[in-house]
Amino acid sequence: MNQAVRPEKEHTIRWRTLRALALRDLKVVTRSKAMMLPMIIVPLIFIVALPAGVGFFAPQMAAAGEVEDLGNFLDMMPAPLQQTFAGYDDAQIIVVAMLEHFFAPMFLIIPLMVASTIAAGSFVGEKERKTLEALLYTPTTDTELFLGKLLASWIPAFVVGMGAFVLYALVVNLSAWRVMGGIFFPNAMWVALVVWLAPAAAGLGLGAIILVSSRVSTFQDAYQLGGLVVIPVLLLVFGQLAGVLYLNVVAVVLMGFFLWLVDAAILWVGIRTFKRSEIIARM
Amino acid sequence: MTDHSSHDVVISAENLSRTFGDPTRGDGVVAVDRLTLEVGRGEVFGFLGHNGAGKTTTVRLLNGVLTPTGGRLHVLGYDPLEDGATLRRYTGVLTETPSLDEKLSAWENLTIYARLYRVPETDIEARVEALLEAFELDTRASEMVGGYSRGMKQRLALARTLLHDPPLIFLDEPTAGLDPVAARSVQDLIMRLSERGDHTIFLCTHNLTEAQRLCHRVGVMERGRLVAIGTPEELAHELWQGVRLEVELDGCDPDALSLPSEVHDVSWDGVEHSLSLWIPRREAIPDLVTSLVNAGCRVYRVAPQEPTLEDVYFALHGEADRSDGPVAEVTS
Repeated sequence: MNQAVRPEKEHTIRWRTLRALALRDLKVVTRSKAMMLPMIIVPLIFIVALPAGVGFFAPQMAAAGEVEDLGNFLDMMPAPLQQTFAGYDDAQIIVVAMLEHFFAPMFLIIPLMVASTIAAGSFVGEKERKTLEALLYTPTTDTELFLGKLLASWIPAFVVGMGAFVLYALVVNLSAWRVMGGIFFPNAMWVALVVWLAPAAAGLGLGAIILVSSRVSTFQDAYQLGGLVVIPVLLLVFGQLAGVLYLNVVAVVLMGFFLWLVDAAILWVGIRTFKRSEIIARM
Repeated sequence: MTDHSSHDVVISAENLSRTFGDPTRGDGVVAVDRLTLEVGRGEVFGFLGHNGAGKTTTVRLLNGVLTPTGGRLHVLGYDPLEDGATLRRYTGVLTETPSLDEKLSAWENLTIYARLYRVPETDIEARVEALLEAFELDTRASEMVGGYSRGMKQRLALARTLLHDPPLIFLDEPTAGLDPVAARSVQDLIMRLSERGDHTIFLCTHNLTEAQRLCHRVGVMERGRLVAIGTPEELAHELWQGVRLEVELDGCDPDALSLPSEVHDVSWDGVEHSLSLWIPRREAIPDLVTSLVNAGCRVYRVAPQEPTLEDVYFALHGEADRSDGPVAEVTS
């Protein structure tokens, strides 16, 4: 008999296995048009099209008197935010208000969406593609399977988030160069947002999919239900627009801390509830 | 035939059960019901049954991917419930559907699974190449599997099952949906593995010809219960006493024949000029032939017919359908 090999516990983790699982899911996702299209189109709108429009057309918007409306609007904003506009002309105020402040929460949609799209394909789409059973018969532990799928979703979300940030920085600085007269972006709040809050938001997107994955059977169902997690981000956007919220470094760090705690709780629950015996019993 | 069941037990199940839902409230089902069996090293064990008989659930239980609701189980010396991950290093499972990543190539499918099965990194390329060649997939190894035929997918899934050269192989309907040529090549492969003697094969099938050709012993499942286990010959012996004969003759009236009293179940096929009957023992054949000749018959051929596995299978299922009671103890 093969008892010479010491039995492994279900929480054993091998990096080689995690890498193989994550790469497998990534390859499958990147070859699926249905999954890749939203992950390309949405960032292009938020990262390129909208900011470039604002950067290029800020002088025209200022000349058209929109700053008067904006001025009334900015009067509703918290005092610390209003102080950041000191010394700027009308066009510069439009650029800074829009590209540095109001677009910031919208940036969170990108890692959130990437993570939830891949996770929907990985956790639920696999059931649909009928590829899960062979995977369950491998000598992977339940924890490895769960973490492999988690990493397959979270790492691309992190990488795409960083890439999107670099691209956004290039787009806003180049498009608004005429208005700002040089590089003005990013500020400390954006750096904290990208390296601290955005990865935590990706974890939240993942968590939403993990929570719904056992209750749905198709990628589309998971994607739509998991999409509800965008609601907190939209609240941030509207909260800022309504002047009840001001994203500065402290606020971003605190929100990130809260989200990381939520992520940790989801991870803890996920590891304990992701059981192949229960998954296969529902197949 | 070698007695594979008596030594070096690879699979040992005792009253193994698995229930889904709550059958006592009418919303559940007993998928596997007090299954007791042993499979020996090097044996090709056929696990027969209709769809839904509990074959796939049993494979899942034996590999530790499904938790039993009752009974005891040891596979390769491990308890699948406790040591499932370790056990699965030594088992290979061909699932009922190929379960392949269709957006990956055959090469990618195999290399990824080789890593999951912990084939040493330095051996992966050679191992994958050898399997692709052995299964005649090497010329299309870089194509997406989604474009493969059903037979190619099944061969690739079988190659994946053998990646880590497991000593215990589970094959769930390995030839289902394959054309006769592809099915034959899969069966030949199973035979070659069996002849090496170091692989134990647990073959779930409802292809009785395949089971008869490949298996040393078979177990017959009926609604989650093992209704019989043994070699096809042993099962036939338990079910029927005597020998079935096919006698080709003419020149006499079969209805007017006066046959020995021990002969029974006589039927006449006027097209084939063939008389089919049962006699209690082989030694009675010469007397039967003499009586036919004396009655004026010209006898061209007398052929004792061994019951096929198909005969056994349908007889067992007939019994199970009639009894619906405890397990029929037709065990060797």
